[in-house]
Amino acid sequence: MAEPKKTPLYDQHVKCGGRIIDFGGWALPVQYSGVIEEHRATREKAGLFDVSHMGEFRVTGRDPLGFLQKTLVNDIAKAAVGRCVYSPMCYPSGGCVDDLIVYRLGEKDYLVVVNAANTAKDLAWMSDIVRDFPGTTLADESAETAELALQGPRAVAILRKLTEEDIGSLGIWACRDGVVIAGRRCLLSRTGYTGEDGFEIFCSPGDAPVLWEAVMEAGRPEGLVPVGLGARDTLRFEAAMPLYGQEIDAERTPLEAGLDRFVSFDKGEYIGREALLAQKEAGLERRLVGLEMVGRGIPRHGYPVLDAKGETEIGYVTSGSYAPWLEKNLGLAYVPVALSGIGQKLHVGIRGKAVEAVVVKTPFYRRTRR
Amino acid sequence: MSDVSYPKDLKYTKSHEWIRVTGDVGRVGLTHYAQDQLGEIVFVELPEVGRELKQGEVFGVVESVKAVSDCYSPASGKVVRVNERLVDSPELVNSDPHGEGWFFELEISDSGELDNLMDADRYDKYQAEEGAH
Repeated sequence: MAEPKKTPLYDQHVKCGGRIIDFGGWALPVQYSGVIEEHRATREKAGLFDVSHMGEFRVTGRDPLGFLQKTLVNDIAKAAVGRCVYSPMCYPSGGCVDDLIVYRLGEKDYLVVVNAANTAKDLAWMSDIVRDFPGTTLADESAETAELALQGPRAVAILRKLTEEDIGSLGIWACRDGVVIAGRRCLLSRTGYTGEDGFEIFCSPGDAPVLWEAVMEAGRPEGLVPVGLGARDTLRFEAAMPLYGQEIDAERTPLEAGLDRFVSFDKGEYIGREALLAQKEAGLERRLVGLEMVGRGIPRHGYPVLDAKGETEIGYVTSGSYAPWLEKNLGLAYVPVALSGIGQKLHVGIRGKAVEAVVVKTPFYRRTRR
Repeated sequence: MSDVSYPKDLKYTKSHEWIRVTGDVGRVGLTHYAQDQLGEIVFVELPEVGRELKQGEVFGVVESVKAVSDCYSPASGKVVRVNERLVDSPELVNSDPHGEGWFFELEISDSGELDNLMDADRYDKYQAEEGAH
């Protein structure tokens, strides 16, 4: 296997005691002090994440909006300059190519941030589509872009120490380019993947180490800790945010995944619309639900879900974990709509045994204003 | 990796379990190295009392937040007692792996098998090499 790629923050991870793993070809820390501790610190105070492995594409030229509207299922036209929009990207079948965030940086200037593992696939997919938009350019800027995420209730207080900019006025799902943080020009957005308030900071790879050190130093008195991939996953899981390859993939549509509010049916034609509309009109056969274990056991990705009697396989777990903040064993699973009501008794097949579970509301965790 | 001295009165498996033999009863647990590799343990599945295990057979499972791992019996015999405290406090496997974090006890049916296991010095070298990978 090829040597995993290092992000510009590799040395920082090693210095912070990160346990480095190969994550889809990237050498990244799975944890520093421990998944549970990092998870709780992010919920209570703040966590700093290296997400430089994410893919970034710049869309500019004659008709970037027309291109994005055709490619994505959410309505990108509703994004004013300085706003971010989450959207699934679908195949004609309605299955997902990926899910991503579009940042509108200027009138005809968009940044698209995609999942690291899907970067090459997405670029190929989108490059095919952009050919139908002469004069519109799709450029892969992943190698020239580093990204840090500062998440948690103390994120604003920490970032305030490092910039003159009035970052408190940056609304949720807003972005601002050219913000100077610790003397470095960055693209700043009020977004994240943890269920907490916080920011994502895009910068040049050369600036990333300085920014990391500055944020860590400003944050330490506030209780900031570096957070690895382990807690990144448990945090997004508690907040029931989908992970590509688990909740969504080429086989599952955004409607089945409960992402209806990110699917527009009134913005005109786009790839996947016909299939999604047909599915909406016919009604879903299965949908994603939250499961809480009643019996002893932890649901995991790929485990079967069984009916109320624990006899017949009716679905499967997409993600499951001990939830470090809620202190429960929880899962996300696809089940038939008829068995998806809150309070529905089901079972998870764990090592050949049917262990009782109940359908619960998602997200499992929702932050309260503090 | 933190420095830990592996107790001399235990015998160790290549799959990172230990056994402490007292008379014909062996107490079984997971080594410091194993718990450190797994991270915070959040779930332990113990064998049932009365179950007959063979040396090398899977007796249960430990789960950290991110990983599920099988555990293998260091010896053959009948399970006579399990550490019920691990049901509610699986973190004992992290905090005291060679003591309070034990898993179960079994009546050893073939003490000759224990010769297959490593002593503390050999295990210490073995785990150091594993950790260097």
